[in-house]
Amino acid sequence: MDSSSLGWWGVLLAVFGGAIRVSTPFLFVSLGECITEKSGRINLGLEGILIMGAMAGYGTSYLTGSPWLGVLAAGGAGLVLGALHGWLCGLPRVNDIATGIGLMIFGTGLAFFLGKPFVQPKAPTLPSIPFGFWSDSPQIAAALQVNVLFIVGLVLVYVLHWGFRNTSWGLAIRTVGDSSDAARALGFSVKRVRLLSTAAGGFLSGIGGSFLSLYYPGSWNESLSSGQGLMAVALVIFARWEPLRCFYAALLFGAAGALGPALQSVGIISGYYLINAAPYLLTLAIMIATCSPNRSLAGAPGELGVTTR
Amino acid sequence: MSDTTRRALEGVFWPVVSLLAAMLLFGVFVAATGRDAFEMYGLIYVGAFSDAFAWQNTLQRAAPLILTALAVALPAQAGLTIIGGEGALVLGGLIASTVPLLLPGPPLLVQIVMAVSAMAVGGLWIGLSGFLRHYRGVNETIASLLLSYIAIALLSHFVEGVLRDPASLNKPSTKPIGEANMLGNLPGIEVHVGLAFGLILCLVFYVVVRHTSLGFATRIAGGNVRAARLAGLPVGQLVLWTCVAGGAAAGLAGMVEVAAVLGSANASLTAGYGYAGILVSFIARHNPLAVIPVAILIGGIGAAGSLLQRRMGLPDAAMLVLQGLAFMLVLGMETMTGRWKFFQPRGT
Repeated sequence: MDSSSLGWWGVLLAVFGGAIRVSTPFLFVSLGECITEKSGRINLGLEGILIMGAMAGYGTSYLTGSPWLGVLAAGGAGLVLGALHGWLCGLPRVNDIATGIGLMIFGTGLAFFLGKPFVQPKAPTLPSIPFGFWSDSPQIAAALQVNVLFIVGLVLVYVLHWGFRNTSWGLAIRTVGDSSDAARALGFSVKRVRLLSTAAGGFLSGIGGSFLSLYYPGSWNESLSSGQGLMAVALVIFARWEPLRCFYAALLFGAAGALGPALQSVGIISGYYLINAAPYLLTLAIMIATCSPNRSLAGAPGELGVTTR
Repeated sequence: MSDTTRRALEGVFWPVVSLLAAMLLFGVFVAATGRDAFEMYGLIYVGAFSDAFAWQNTLQRAAPLILTALAVALPAQAGLTIIGGEGALVLGGLIASTVPLLLPGPPLLVQIVMAVSAMAVGGLWIGLSGFLRHYRGVNETIASLLLSYIAIALLSHFVEGVLRDPASLNKPSTKPIGEANMLGNLPGIEVHVGLAFGLILCLVFYVVVRHTSLGFATRIAGGNVRAARLAGLPVGQLVLWTCVAGGAAAGLAGMVEVAAVLGSANASLTAGYGYAGILVSFIARHNPLAVIPVAILIGGIGAAGSLLQRRMGLPDAAMLVLQGLAFMLVLGMETMTGRWKFFQPRGT
């Protein structure tokens, strides 16, 4: 069976498989940003952290031969950068949106600089589980190759969903995010909770970056990420700060991102660049549809400055 | 010393301290990679400011930076954080490159149409972010960056599609705009007239923002939306004019790059001037006049980049590291505002 015999079904299947593959970085970054934003702070610099994570993951995997150590290193790099952002924004008068832009540039520059030696060599990549083993069709088998990180992300979705409601740190994050006065009255340290939430968000985003370089596309170069980190920030707004909805939204974005390569595989290449811009258009359309100038969004953390003036 | 002088001194002092700290940290970073930091400082001076040739290179790079910084500085007056100047620049350059093909005519006329169409497209592109912010409540920072990615996709689509010059083999480009339509140099120095465009626009916008009722109203809207609404100010229009004007400046930067440097539209338009312009505007604290010296400084560091690459093997990403460091230090240093008694008003 070749790809042409499946026709449009092949495209649909490729989009489905692609959605699972492409959505994983979106999932991790959006879960990280979800934690950060729930605590009442925004980190626009996740794009930089994502790229830094991709580089650190690939480099570590190449040097040690273990992709899982790479994932850990990526998380560590993200943790450090996230903590840096958290610390800077904790200072009085420092604007979190602007600092995020700075972090975006810094993380990208640092990753490109340190990653120069890793552009050529081939590092060991992450394994995947062939859920499509029962099928003779190579398309179905390819579409159902699910990476372990995707499953970890899925578990994390439910852990966070449960944790935000049922644990004391979930309560701390939500209280700090909704009203810092109430949090202080309850004895939470607003500064520390936000610092930890931002660092945790950085950790998850770094892992999301390692997926890019260690599984799909599965190599390190300077055009690896093109706005996934930023789109994930918008995605969290669309998901109304709910981990479960983050998961659905990440799948949707993954599908949009998989559309271009899927159409290309059946020979449709006209408008290739425009189709690849689909995720950006989708993000913009979703933001236009869900935001409103007159009210803050339902579910928005009260201390978050991103949805209201 | 008057209170205004103290205020102004504080506005200059902390950004300068941050920049020095950024250079220092960057020196440590360079030393950590096993290179000589002092050689690096020396090369930046040589490559950016040592002689007439270096100055030309620096000013050549400062010209688009001044224009893209205005795309951040003007919306900031109305309280918006716009970071999509790269998109306005790219589309401005793209549309400018089509003008000589569609409307051949006397060079001056062609150049004017190129500039006007580039400014219109740029203004529209950033204006869209302002419109969405005010009328739909969409975060303008994210929207403007998304629109930048879309603009870059449009550039690739057209440059590798219908507008591609079949003669451009390795690097897909539009047809050359023609030697006759290229912008000339300023009298006396080897720097194209794009620099003059930037200087004039900075001056004009400085006067508008600081010395007209329109600018005053805009700054009120930027400082406190509720107060502006209570005073009956048309907040939506104030937001829109800053975005359209800023976008027009960035669009003009694209036209200048095409008509004075590249000669056609291609992927070189996405050289990062739009992103560096964000840094310039923030260091200048969104003051249109302060944008000029900061753009020259950042342009100079960029101009020295190729020298650092050749002599010390520093990859071009090193400049991004320096920019990012400078950016975060400038923002972090905001926390020092109002801490030193020396800069505080005496109330005399």
